[in-house]
Amino acid sequence: MHSRARTTTLSAAAACLALALTACGSGGPENAGVDGETGTEDVTLSVGTFNEFGYEELFTEYEELNPNVTIEHKKAATSNEARDNLTTRLAAGSGLSDIEGIEMDWLPELLEYSDQFADLSDPAVEGRWLDWKTAAATTEDGQLIGYGTDAGPQAVCYRADLFEKAGLPSDRESVATMLDGSWQDYFEAGKEFVVASDGVAWFDSAGATYQGMINQVENAYEDSDGTVIATENADVKDIYEQVLQASVEDGLSAHLTQWEDDWVASFQSDAFATKLCPGWMLGVIEGNAEGVEGWDIADVFPGGGGNWGGSYLTIPTQGAHQAEAKKLAEWLTAPEQQIKAFESKGTFPSQVDALKSETLLGQSNAFFNDAPTGEILANRATAIDVRPFKGPKYFPINDAMQQALTRVDVDKTDDPASSWEKFVTAVGAL
Amino acid sequence: MAVTDRVQSPLPDTKQRAFRDKSVKRLAFSQKVSKWDVKLSPYLYISPFFLLFAVTGLFPLLYTAWVSLHSWNLIGGQGEFTALENYEFVLAQPFFWNAVGNTFSIFLLSSIPQVVLAIAIAAVLDANLRARTFWRMGVLVPFVVAPVAVGLIFNNLFADQAGLFNELLTGLGLDPVRWHSDPLASHTAIATMVNFRWTGYNALIFLAAMQAVPRDVYEAATIDGAGRLRQFFSVTVPMLRPTIIFVVITATIGGLQIFDEARVFDQAGLGGADRQWQTLTMYIWELGWGQRNFGRASAVAWLLFLIIVIIALANFLITRRIATQGGRR
Repeated sequence: MHSRARTTTLSAAAACLALALTACGSGGPENAGVDGETGTEDVTLSVGTFNEFGYEELFTEYEELNPNVTIEHKKAATSNEARDNLTTRLAAGSGLSDIEGIEMDWLPELLEYSDQFADLSDPAVEGRWLDWKTAAATTEDGQLIGYGTDAGPQAVCYRADLFEKAGLPSDRESVATMLDGSWQDYFEAGKEFVVASDGVAWFDSAGATYQGMINQVENAYEDSDGTVIATENADVKDIYEQVLQASVEDGLSAHLTQWEDDWVASFQSDAFATKLCPGWMLGVIEGNAEGVEGWDIADVFPGGGGNWGGSYLTIPTQGAHQAEAKKLAEWLTAPEQQIKAFESKGTFPSQVDALKSETLLGQSNAFFNDAPTGEILANRATAIDVRPFKGPKYFPINDAMQQALTRVDVDKTDDPASSWEKFVTAVGAL
Repeated sequence: MAVTDRVQSPLPDTKQRAFRDKSVKRLAFSQKVSKWDVKLSPYLYISPFFLLFAVTGLFPLLYTAWVSLHSWNLIGGQGEFTALENYEFVLAQPFFWNAVGNTFSIFLLSSIPQVVLAIAIAAVLDANLRARTFWRMGVLVPFVVAPVAVGLIFNNLFADQAGLFNELLTGLGLDPVRWHSDPLASHTAIATMVNFRWTGYNALIFLAAMQAVPRDVYEAATIDGAGRLRQFFSVTVPMLRPTIIFVVITATIGGLQIFDEARVFDQAGLGGADRQWQTLTMYIWELGWGQRNFGRASAVAWLLFLIIVIIALANFLITRRIATQGGRR
């Protein structure tokens, strides 16, 4: 009896160990990569997305068009959750979906591991997207790791009622003319505004404004070979000083940090009059400023164009059905489909042809004084001409910079010079 | 029985010897088995725990040590062997020492008031109350709320400009507290969240211990003329000593690993623009998942482990002293 019990325990332990070993040691299934045959076998494709890609109805449509394909949608609530999932499973070498949605911001770190993603470059999709959109997802040796979905071209949102009160022109054409030009012009208009505004600031946050400016610099923090130049780059220091001069000395900032509770609450209290806004920010403003009247959007962005956010669909090489996955990703990101996603969830398309679509150009937004937002954002998307280089250390450096700005603008624990010193130390510790 | 039988066996000498040898061998084996049974079985019975611990506790611990000796990327995996370079680097970082300071500050600000409050609440609950179960379950409610949810609620209260606390302060004509820029204020705010969650839980543990205090001790104290307060300090608290030690040790381990409340204290989750409230676990997170440097993150994890071991040893020594003091009485 005893000896039998013992054998059972031992063999159970052995089984556990064996299980653990096989689980660790199992490799990916054999497959022919993205160039294999499609349309013959019955396959189930899993697609990982987050927030709202607007694909639910498109999946049903695709399943009807391709009876051999069943789509399993794995939707994460937030992009952070999706990012943790992606990096963990990339590291583990298994468990990813056949198609993984990624955010533009993750590209610098993912491009380093481009061998984990299928090369999606294909003559059939050449010229489908705006140049900067494709360029951001292409490695140095020409591998395209993702098909663009949506984009975040930025315009300037403003409070027409507060502009009027301060004696500034308030209709969107005049505002666009007034703000057109460099960032200095934008700040000058701000100085004029705050003198007459009775305590209302010009923009919400130094950090957000800085982000708009730095995204127009080609090599801000790193040379294209990855050498860190953030602390010696005169452009970076110059932008840093300009923003802080405007925010603190000239009093243009409402001294808020984006996404914090105070920032969210400030939309209800007339804290600031302008805000840099990508397409997806319109919904955020509308939500936070519920009941506030006077928001409008001008077809202008200081210093040229600017993009903030947007996503891609990638195909991890660990997947078993890469050819079918590529076919689906290509279909989903075609202009016709992306327009449907735009209609469904308002994701602004990054495809050249989609920007010319009647549906898109005809769209207006009641909350922003019936502004033709589709047309404005399409103009803003084509105005983008700089492709900022974001290397592997872009994010930690940018985080350190945002903290440096927050210390001076929001916390007021440092002056610009001492906060810059701390930034230099933080970058040195990477 | 069998042995005596065999002695009187009528078999010839040689055969008998051979038979006996065999039988003795068999006997010896079964004896051995039962000896093993006595010696080994207890270990086998507790082995599931230790096997599980080896897989989920010891292995990660040792593997982390292995990782900390290499340059190691979150996605790229193992790199070169670098010996103690990661440790040297981390120990030279002001952010590391800042995180150590923050961790201890938040730990002290949460543990001390927590234990004191929990004992006080337990003492009140120990009194004769109407609807006793209701009150007792009531103090446990905050514990059921997820830490991140607690974080969201308290963030709203502690917001610098629009928060309830600062609105109240400015309403009273006082200066608002800079919850997100002053280090001590931020530690207090985070400690408040921790205390909100854990005080009730600890109060119930203290309550259970209080009910185990023999009632005749109180009667004797009453006869001696001790008031309620005197009884509390001279009878209840000394009798609770082992429980207090238990609560302090668990609070230490939990307190030094504090993460959730501090991480959700702002949206960036890095512990403030000047790292005002970055704790050690948040620093591990920043190194491992922000900078993807698992080597350095593992080095900090091991340093945190060593700190906890040192504190636990100190706890142990203090405990032993208190225990012997208790024994001398």
